[in-house]
Amino acid sequence: MSIFEYNGSALVAMVGKNCFAIASDRRLGVQLQTIATDFQRISKIHDRLFLGLSGLATDAQTLYQRLVFRHKLYQLREERDMKPETFASLVSAILYEKRFGPYFCQPVIAGLGDEDKPFICTMDSIGAKELAKDFVVAGTASESLYGACESMFKENMEPEELFETVSQALLASVDRDCLSGWGGHVYVVTPTEVKERILKGRMD
Amino acid sequence: MGDSQYSFSLTTFSPSGKLVQIEHALTAVGSGQTSLGIKAANGVVIATEKKLPSILVDETSVQKIQCLTPNIGVVYSGMGPDFRVLVRKSRKQAEQYHRLYKEPIPVTQLVRETAAVMQEFTQSGGVRPFGVSLLVAGYDDNGPQLYQVDPSGSYFSWKASAMGKNVSNAKTFLEKRYTDDMELDDAVHTAILTLKEGFEGQISGKNIEIGIIGTDRKFRQAPALTLSPFSLKLYGGVMLMRKMTFWL
Repeated sequence: MSIFEYNGSALVAMVGKNCFAIASDRRLGVQLQTIATDFQRISKIHDRLFLGLSGLATDAQTLYQRLVFRHKLYQLREERDMKPETFASLVSAILYEKRFGPYFCQPVIAGLGDEDKPFICTMDSIGAKELAKDFVVAGTASESLYGACESMFKENMEPEELFETVSQALLASVDRDCLSGWGGHVYVVTPTEVKERILKGRMD
Repeated sequence: MGDSQYSFSLTTFSPSGKLVQIEHALTAVGSGQTSLGIKAANGVVIATEKKLPSILVDETSVQKIQCLTPNIGVVYSGMGPDFRVLVRKSRKQAEQYHRLYKEPIPVTQLVRETAAVMQEFTQSGGVRPFGVSLLVAGYDDNGPQLYQVDPSGSYFSWKASAMGKNVSNAKTFLEKRYTDDMELDDAVHTAILTLKEGFEGQISGKNIEIGIIGTDRKFRQAPALTLSPFSLKLYGGVMLMRKMTFWL
Protein backbone atom coordinates (compact mmCIF):
# COMPACT_ATOMS: atom_id res chain seq x y z
CA MET A 1 0.00 0.00 0.00
CA SER A 2 1.27 3.50 -0.81
CA ILE A 3 2.57 5.58 2.06
CA PHE A 4 0.31 8.39 0.91
CA GLU A 5 -2.69 6.16 1.52
CA TYR A 6 -1.76 5.11 5.04
CA ASN A 7 -3.87 7.65 6.90
CA GLY A 8 -6.38 8.68 4.23
CA SER A 9 -7.34 12.27 3.50
CA ALA A 10 -9.38 14.56 1.30
CA LEU A 11 -8.66 18.25 0.76
CA VAL A 12 -10.13 20.83 -1.55
CA ALA A 13 -9.79 24.60 -1.93
CA MET A 14 -11.95 26.71 -4.17
CA VAL A 15 -11.95 30.34 -5.29
CA GLY A 16 -15.02 32.53 -5.11
CA LYS A 17 -15.71 36.21 -5.51
CA ASN A 18 -13.21 37.98 -3.21
CA CYS A 19 -13.29 34.90 -1.01
CA PHE A 20 -12.08 31.33 -0.89
CA ALA A 21 -13.11 28.09 0.75
CA ILE A 22 -10.88 25.31 2.00
CA ALA A 23 -12.34 22.02 3.14
CA SER A 24 -11.16 18.65 4.39
CA ASP A 25 -12.54 15.38 5.64
CA ARG A 26 -12.25 14.39 9.30
CA ARG A 27 -11.11 10.79 9.25
CA LEU A 28 -7.79 9.66 10.59
CA GLY A 29 -7.14 6.01 9.90
CA VAL A 30 -4.38 3.49 10.17
CA GLN A 31 -4.96 1.64 6.92
CA LEU A 32 -8.37 0.03 7.31
CA GLN A 33 -8.95 0.99 10.94
CA THR A 34 -10.49 4.36 11.77
CA ILE A 35 -8.91 5.81 14.86
CA ALA A 36 -10.22 9.40 14.90
CA THR A 37 -13.22 11.16 13.41
CA ASP A 38 -12.31 14.71 14.33
CA PHE A 39 -8.85 15.08 12.82
CA GLN A 40 -7.85 18.61 11.84
CA ARG A 41 -6.17 18.76 8.48
CA ILE A 42 -6.51 22.48 7.90
CA SER A 43 -4.58 24.98 9.98
CA LYS A 44 -4.54 28.74 10.08
CA ILE A 45 -1.20 30.41 9.44
CA HIS A 46 -2.65 33.87 9.85
CA ASP A 47 -6.09 35.45 9.44
CA ARG A 48 -5.84 35.44 5.67
CA LEU A 49 -3.83 32.30 5.03
CA PHE A 50 -4.81 28.69 5.55
CA LEU A 51 -2.83 25.53 4.97
CA GLY A 52 -4.22 22.06 4.49
CA LEU A 53 -1.92 19.05 4.57
CA SER A 54 -2.95 15.68 3.16
CA GLY A 55 -0.99 12.45 3.20
CA LEU A 56 0.92 10.92 6.07
CA ALA A 57 -0.39 12.48 9.28
CA THR A 58 2.92 12.50 11.14
CA ASP A 59 4.66 14.32 8.30
CA ALA A 60 1.71 16.70 8.05
CA GLN A 61 2.05 17.57 11.73
CA THR A 62 5.83 18.06 11.59
CA LEU A 63 5.67 20.06 8.40
CA TYR A 64 2.97 22.25 9.87
CA GLN A 65 5.12 22.91 12.96
CA ARG A 66 8.13 23.83 10.82
CA LEU A 67 6.07 26.19 8.70
CA VAL A 68 4.50 27.92 11.69
CA PHE A 69 8.02 28.36 13.09
CA ARG A 70 9.24 29.93 9.87
CA HIS A 71 6.22 32.16 9.62
CA LYS A 72 6.49 33.39 13.19
CA LEU A 73 10.13 34.35 12.64
CA TYR A 74 9.18 36.07 9.40
CA GLN A 75 6.48 38.03 11.22
CA LEU A 76 8.96 39.13 13.89
CA ARG A 77 11.66 40.12 11.41
CA GLU A 78 9.57 41.77 8.76
CA GLU A 79 6.77 43.04 11.00
CA ARG A 80 4.13 41.84 8.59
CA ASP A 81 2.21 38.69 7.66
CA MET A 82 3.40 36.55 4.82
CA LYS A 83 1.60 36.89 1.54
CA PRO A 84 0.06 33.63 0.28
CA GLU A 85 2.30 33.57 -2.78
CA THR A 86 5.38 34.03 -0.63
CA PHE A 87 4.21 31.29 1.74
CA ALA A 88 3.69 28.94 -1.17
CA SER A 89 7.24 29.59 -2.38
CA LEU A 90 8.50 28.90 1.14
CA VAL A 91 6.60 25.60 1.39
CA SER A 92 7.91 24.58 -2.00
CA ALA A 93 11.50 25.33 -0.94
CA ILE A 94 11.12 23.44 2.35
CA LEU A 95 9.68 20.40 0.60
CA TYR A 96 12.44 20.37 -2.01
CA GLU A 97 15.09 20.49 0.71
CA LYS A 98 14.01 16.94 1.44
CA ARG A 99 14.08 15.90 -2.18
CA PHE A 100 15.71 12.52 -1.52
CA GLY A 101 13.85 11.71 1.67
CA PRO A 102 10.64 13.70 1.33
CA TYR A 103 7.75 14.58 3.55
CA PHE A 104 4.87 12.35 2.44
CA CYS A 105 2.42 15.23 2.28
CA GLN A 106 0.58 17.13 -0.35
CA PRO A 107 -0.15 20.66 0.86
CA VAL A 108 -3.05 22.84 -0.21
CA ILE A 109 -2.51 26.54 0.40
CA ALA A 110 -5.33 29.06 0.28
CA GLY A 111 -5.18 32.74 1.16
CA LEU A 112 -6.21 36.28 0.38
CA GLY A 113 -3.41 38.23 -1.24
CA ASP A 114 -2.99 41.87 -2.10
CA GLU A 115 -6.26 43.70 -2.68
CA ASP A 116 -8.14 40.72 -1.24
CA LYS A 117 -7.51 38.63 -4.30
CA PRO A 118 -7.97 34.92 -3.43
CA PHE A 119 -4.97 32.69 -4.02
CA ILE A 120 -4.96 28.89 -4.02
CA CYS A 121 -2.31 26.40 -4.88
CA THR A 122 -1.25 22.85 -4.26
CA MET A 123 2.02 21.03 -4.73
CA ASP A 124 3.33 17.52 -4.77
CA SER A 125 5.42 16.07 -1.98
CA ILE A 126 8.66 17.52 -3.36
CA GLY A 127 7.42 21.03 -3.94
CA ALA A 128 6.18 21.27 -7.53
CA LYS A 129 3.73 24.14 -7.30
CA GLU A 130 0.44 24.02 -9.12
CA LEU A 131 -1.39 27.33 -9.20
CA ALA A 132 -5.03 27.30 -10.20
CA LYS A 133 -7.64 29.92 -10.73
CA ASP A 134 -10.62 27.77 -9.79
CA PHE A 135 -9.93 24.87 -7.43
CA VAL A 136 -7.21 22.56 -6.17
CA VAL A 137 -7.55 19.11 -4.61
CA ALA A 138 -5.36 16.69 -2.69
CA GLY A 139 -5.54 13.41 -0.83
CA THR A 140 -6.70 9.85 -1.40
CA ALA A 141 -10.04 11.11 -2.69
CA SER A 142 -8.40 13.52 -5.15
CA GLU A 143 -9.57 11.79 -8.32
CA SER A 144 -13.21 11.91 -7.25
CA LEU A 145 -12.69 15.46 -6.05
CA TYR A 146 -11.37 16.53 -9.46
CA GLY A 147 -14.50 15.19 -11.10
CA ALA A 148 -16.90 16.66 -8.57
CA CYS A 149 -15.28 20.10 -8.54
CA GLU A 150 -15.00 20.27 -12.30
CA SER A 151 -18.71 19.71 -12.72
CA MET A 152 -19.91 21.82 -9.79
CA PHE A 153 -17.55 24.81 -10.04
CA LYS A 154 -18.77 28.20 -11.28
CA GLU A 155 -16.80 31.42 -11.39
CA ASN A 156 -17.37 34.31 -8.98
CA MET A 157 -19.54 32.52 -6.46
CA GLU A 158 -20.58 34.42 -3.37
CA PRO A 159 -19.46 32.98 -0.01
CA GLU A 160 -22.72 31.19 0.74
CA GLU A 161 -22.96 29.56 -2.67
CA LEU A 162 -19.27 28.71 -2.53
CA PHE A 163 -19.82 26.96 0.79
CA GLU A 164 -22.63 24.87 -0.69
CA THR A 165 -20.56 23.93 -3.72
CA VAL A 166 -17.46 22.97 -1.78
CA SER A 167 -19.47 20.96 0.73
CA GLN A 168 -21.36 19.03 -1.93
CA ALA A 169 -18.19 18.33 -3.88
CA LEU A 170 -16.36 17.13 -0.76
CA LEU A 171 -19.12 14.90 0.55
CA ALA A 172 -19.82 13.36 -2.84
CA SER A 173 -16.13 12.57 -3.37
CA VAL A 174 -15.33 11.12 0.05
CA ASP A 175 -18.31 8.77 -0.30
CA ARG A 176 -16.44 7.13 -3.16
CA ASP A 177 -13.26 6.74 -1.11
CA CYS A 178 -13.07 4.28 1.74
CA LEU A 179 -10.10 5.98 3.37
CA SER A 180 -11.62 9.42 3.80
CA GLY A 181 -14.89 10.71 5.14
CA TRP A 182 -16.56 10.81 8.55
CA GLY A 183 -17.83 14.33 7.93
CA GLY A 184 -16.27 17.49 6.65
CA HIS A 185 -14.61 20.65 7.91
CA VAL A 186 -15.15 23.75 5.79
CA TYR A 187 -13.61 27.21 6.17
CA VAL A 188 -15.02 30.04 4.08
CA VAL A 189 -12.77 33.10 4.24
CA THR A 190 -13.73 36.60 3.15
CA PRO A 191 -11.78 39.81 3.77
CA THR A 192 -13.89 40.49 6.86
CA GLU A 193 -14.51 37.11 8.47
CA VAL A 194 -13.71 33.44 8.63
CA LYS A 195 -16.65 31.03 8.84
CA GLU A 196 -15.83 27.55 10.06
CA ARG A 197 -18.46 24.85 9.62
CA ILE A 198 -18.62 21.12 10.33
CA LEU A 199 -20.46 18.91 7.87
CA LYS A 200 -22.23 15.72 8.73
CA GLY A 201 -22.03 13.17 5.95
CA ARG A 202 -22.03 9.42 5.78
CA MET A 203 -20.26 8.38 8.94
CA ASP A 204 -18.31 5.57 7.44
CA MET B 1 41.83 28.62 8.90
CA GLY B 2 45.16 30.30 9.74
CA ASP B 3 47.76 29.94 12.42
CA SER B 4 46.40 29.10 15.89
CA GLN B 5 48.42 32.04 17.21
CA TYR B 6 46.02 34.37 15.46
CA SER B 7 42.78 32.61 16.19
CA PHE B 8 41.73 35.03 18.93
CA SER B 9 39.47 37.96 18.25
CA LEU B 10 41.34 41.17 17.45
CA THR B 11 38.40 43.26 18.56
CA THR B 12 38.69 42.92 22.29
CA PHE B 13 37.34 45.45 24.75
CA SER B 14 39.59 48.18 26.07
CA PRO B 15 39.31 49.13 29.77
CA SER B 16 37.20 52.13 28.80
CA GLY B 17 34.61 49.84 27.27
CA LYS B 18 35.43 50.61 23.66
CA LEU B 19 36.35 48.34 20.82
CA VAL B 20 39.44 50.11 19.62
CA GLN B 21 39.59 48.30 16.30
CA ILE B 22 36.15 49.62 15.44
CA GLU B 23 37.22 53.15 16.35
CA HIS B 24 40.17 52.75 14.00
CA ALA B 25 37.87 51.39 11.32
CA LEU B 26 35.71 54.49 11.69
CA THR B 27 38.84 56.59 11.28
CA ALA B 28 39.56 54.76 8.06
CA VAL B 29 36.04 55.63 6.95
CA GLY B 30 36.46 59.23 8.02
CA SER B 31 39.47 59.66 5.81
CA GLY B 32 37.75 58.17 2.79
CA GLN B 33 36.16 60.17 0.02
CA THR B 34 32.94 61.96 0.85
CA SER B 35 29.69 60.23 0.05
CA LEU B 36 26.15 61.22 0.89
CA GLY B 37 22.55 60.23 0.49
CA ILE B 38 19.23 62.08 0.57
CA LYS B 39 15.79 60.58 0.91
CA ALA B 40 13.13 62.48 -0.99
CA ALA B 41 9.38 62.05 -0.84
CA ASN B 42 9.38 60.03 -4.04
CA GLY B 43 12.83 58.46 -4.16
CA VAL B 44 16.39 58.37 -2.85
CA VAL B 45 19.65 59.74 -4.25
CA ILE B 46 23.16 58.70 -3.27
CA ALA B 47 26.31 60.39 -4.47
CA THR B 48 30.04 60.26 -3.96
CA GLU B 49 33.25 61.92 -5.03
CA LYS B 50 35.29 59.89 -7.41
CA LYS B 51 38.78 61.32 -7.07
CA LEU B 52 41.18 59.11 -8.94
CA PRO B 53 44.88 59.04 -8.07
CA SER B 54 45.99 60.05 -11.56
CA ILE B 55 44.55 61.33 -14.83
CA LEU B 56 45.85 58.18 -16.43
CA VAL B 57 43.30 56.05 -14.60
CA ASP B 58 40.42 54.92 -16.80
CA GLU B 59 37.54 56.41 -14.84
CA THR B 60 34.93 54.29 -16.56
CA SER B 61 36.40 51.21 -14.93
CA VAL B 62 35.85 52.56 -11.43
CA GLN B 63 32.32 52.18 -10.10
CA LYS B 64 31.85 53.30 -6.56
CA ILE B 65 28.07 53.11 -6.61
CA GLN B 66 26.78 49.57 -7.05
CA CYS B 67 23.36 48.01 -7.07
CA LEU B 68 22.59 45.15 -4.73
CA THR B 69 19.21 44.31 -6.25
CA PRO B 70 17.26 46.02 -9.03
CA ASN B 71 15.65 48.22 -6.41
CA ILE B 72 18.49 48.74 -3.92
CA GLY B 73 21.76 50.59 -4.47
CA VAL B 74 24.74 51.26 -2.24
CA VAL B 75 27.65 53.69 -1.92
CA TYR B 76 30.53 53.73 0.55
CA SER B 77 33.25 55.72 2.22
CA GLY B 78 36.45 53.97 3.16
CA MET B 79 38.32 51.03 1.70
CA GLY B 80 37.24 50.04 -1.77
CA PRO B 81 38.26 46.36 -1.58
CA ASP B 82 36.29 45.86 1.65
CA PHE B 83 33.31 47.42 -0.11
CA ARG B 84 33.57 44.94 -2.97
CA VAL B 85 33.49 42.02 -0.53
CA LEU B 86 30.40 43.39 1.21
CA VAL B 87 28.62 44.02 -2.07
CA ARG B 88 29.29 40.44 -3.09
CA LYS B 89 27.97 39.05 0.18
CA SER B 90 24.90 41.31 0.19
CA ARG B 91 24.00 40.40 -3.37
CA LYS B 92 24.19 36.75 -2.45
CA GLN B 93 21.96 37.25 0.57
CA ALA B 94 19.43 39.18 -1.50
CA GLU B 95 19.37 36.40 -4.08
CA GLN B 96 18.97 33.73 -1.42
CA TYR B 97 15.98 35.58 -0.03
CA HIS B 98 14.51 35.78 -3.49
CA ARG B 99 15.11 32.10 -4.12
CA LEU B 100 13.26 31.19 -0.94
CA TYR B 101 10.34 33.60 -1.10
CA LYS B 102 10.25 34.56 -4.81
CA GLU B 103 9.89 38.13 -3.60
CA PRO B 104 12.38 41.00 -3.76
CA ILE B 105 14.08 41.46 -0.40
CA PRO B 106 12.79 44.42 1.64
CA VAL B 107 15.45 47.09 2.20
CA THR B 108 15.39 46.71 5.99
CA GLN B 109 15.99 42.98 5.76
CA LEU B 110 18.99 43.36 3.43
CA VAL B 111 20.46 46.08 5.63
CA ARG B 112 19.94 43.91 8.70
CA GLU B 113 21.71 40.96 7.12
CA THR B 114 24.60 43.06 5.79
CA ALA B 115 25.01 44.65 9.20
CA ALA B 116 25.04 41.17 10.75
CA VAL B 117 27.95 40.22 8.46
CA MET B 118 29.84 43.33 9.48
CA GLN B 119 29.22 42.57 13.14
CA GLU B 120 30.50 39.01 12.69
CA PHE B 121 33.84 40.42 11.66
CA THR B 122 34.06 42.27 14.98
CA GLN B 123 33.58 39.11 16.98
CA SER B 124 35.43 36.39 15.09
CA GLY B 125 38.94 35.08 15.31
CA GLY B 126 41.68 36.20 12.98
CA VAL B 127 39.68 38.79 11.07
CA ARG B 128 39.49 42.56 11.20
CA PRO B 129 36.43 44.81 10.93
CA PHE B 130 35.45 46.16 7.52
CA GLY B 131 36.93 49.59 6.82
CA VAL B 132 33.80 50.96 5.15
CA SER B 133 30.55 52.63 6.05
CA LEU B 134 27.75 51.98 3.61
CA LEU B 135 24.84 54.11 2.52
CA VAL B 136 22.10 51.82 1.25
CA ALA B 137 19.32 53.39 -0.80
CA GLY B 138 16.24 51.46 -1.82
CA TYR B 139 12.58 51.64 -2.70
CA ASP B 140 10.21 48.90 -1.61
CA ASP B 141 6.66 48.52 -0.30
CA ASN B 142 7.51 50.80 2.61
CA GLY B 143 8.54 53.60 0.28
CA PRO B 144 11.95 55.17 -0.24
CA GLN B 145 14.54 54.30 2.39
CA LEU B 146 18.11 55.31 3.20
CA TYR B 147 20.26 53.41 5.68
CA GLN B 148 23.80 53.89 6.90
CA VAL B 149 25.73 50.81 8.07
CA ASP B 150 28.89 51.23 10.13
CA PRO B 151 31.92 48.92 10.58
CA SER B 152 30.57 47.93 13.98
CA GLY B 153 27.44 46.56 12.35
CA SER B 154 25.09 49.22 13.67
CA TYR B 155 22.69 50.68 11.18
CA PHE B 156 20.56 53.79 11.14
CA SER B 157 17.81 55.06 8.91
CA TRP B 158 18.46 58.59 7.69
CA LYS B 159 16.52 61.28 5.90
CA ALA B 160 19.86 62.62 4.71
CA SER B 161 23.39 61.73 5.69
CA ALA B 162 27.01 62.08 4.71
CA MET B 163 30.17 60.09 5.43
CA GLY B 164 33.88 60.42 4.80
CA LYS B 165 36.23 63.38 4.72
CA ASN B 166 33.93 66.33 4.76
CA VAL B 167 31.25 64.81 6.91
CA SER B 168 30.57 67.59 9.43
CA ASN B 169 30.33 70.37 6.84
CA ALA B 170 28.25 68.20 4.57
CA LYS B 171 25.87 67.25 7.36
CA THR B 172 25.45 70.87 8.44
CA PHE B 173 24.75 71.83 4.85
CA LEU B 174 22.21 69.02 4.53
CA GLU B 175 20.52 69.92 7.81
CA LYS B 176 19.94 73.42 6.53
CA ARG B 177 18.69 72.37 3.13
CA TYR B 178 16.65 69.28 3.86
CA THR B 179 12.86 69.44 3.78
CA ASP B 180 10.51 66.53 4.30
CA ASP B 181 8.54 67.15 1.12
CA MET B 182 11.55 67.36 -1.16
CA GLU B 183 11.09 65.87 -4.61
CA LEU B 184 13.70 63.60 -6.16
CA ASP B 185 15.15 66.19 -8.54
CA ASP B 186 15.45 68.71 -5.69
CA ALA B 187 17.29 66.03 -3.77
CA VAL B 188 19.70 65.42 -6.65
CA HIS B 189 20.34 69.17 -6.89
CA THR B 190 21.01 69.38 -3.16
CA ALA B 191 23.27 66.33 -3.30
CA ILE B 192 25.43 67.88 -5.99
CA LEU B 193 25.60 71.19 -4.15
CA THR B 194 26.61 69.42 -0.97
CA LEU B 195 29.37 67.54 -2.76
CA LYS B 196 30.53 70.76 -4.34
CA GLU B 197 30.84 72.37 -0.88
CA GLY B 198 33.82 70.30 0.15
CA PHE B 199 35.16 69.52 -3.28
CA GLU B 200 38.85 70.18 -3.87
CA GLY B 201 39.25 71.25 -7.43
CA GLN B 202 36.77 71.41 -10.25
CA ILE B 203 33.60 69.34 -9.95
CA SER B 204 32.52 67.66 -13.18
CA GLY B 205 30.53 64.70 -14.43
CA LYS B 206 33.71 62.64 -14.45
CA ASN B 207 34.73 62.99 -10.83
CA ILE B 208 31.44 62.34 -9.08
CA GLU B 209 29.03 59.44 -9.19
CA ILE B 210 25.29 59.66 -8.61
CA GLY B 211 22.76 56.89 -8.11
CA ILE B 212 19.02 57.38 -8.07
CA ILE B 213 15.95 55.32 -7.33
CA GLY B 214 12.43 56.61 -7.83
CA THR B 215 8.88 55.34 -7.74
CA ASP B 216 9.65 53.01 -10.65
CA ARG B 217 11.78 51.09 -8.11
CA LYS B 218 14.71 50.72 -10.48
CA PHE B 219 18.09 51.77 -9.20
CA ARG B 220 20.03 53.60 -11.87
CA GLN B 221 23.40 55.29 -12.07
CA ALA B 222 23.89 58.69 -13.60
CA PRO B 223 25.96 58.34 -16.72
CA ALA B 224 29.17 60.26 -17.15
CA LEU B 225 28.33 63.78 -18.18
CA THR B 226 30.41 66.13 -20.21
CA LEU B 227 30.11 69.77 -19.27
CA SER B 228 31.81 72.86 -20.52
CA PRO B 229 34.17 74.41 -17.95
CA PHE B 230 32.57 77.79 -18.65
CA SER B 231 29.07 76.69 -17.66
CA LEU B 232 30.39 74.98 -14.57
CA LYS B 233 32.17 78.13 -13.49
CA LEU B 234 29.07 80.24 -13.93
CA TYR B 235 26.44 78.00 -12.49
CA GLY B 236 28.48 75.68 -10.41
CA GLY B 237 26.46 72.60 -9.79
CA VAL B 238 23.26 73.88 -11.38
CA MET B 239 24.27 73.01 -14.93
CA LEU B 240 25.20 69.56 -13.78
CA MET B 241 21.80 69.26 -12.15
CA ARG B 242 19.99 70.28 -15.32
CA LYS B 243 21.76 67.58 -17.29
CA MET B 244 20.92 65.07 -14.58
CA THR B 245 17.25 65.91 -14.45
CA PHE B 246 17.01 65.83 -18.22
CA TRP B 247 18.31 62.36 -18.07
CA LEU B 248 15.90 61.60 -15.19
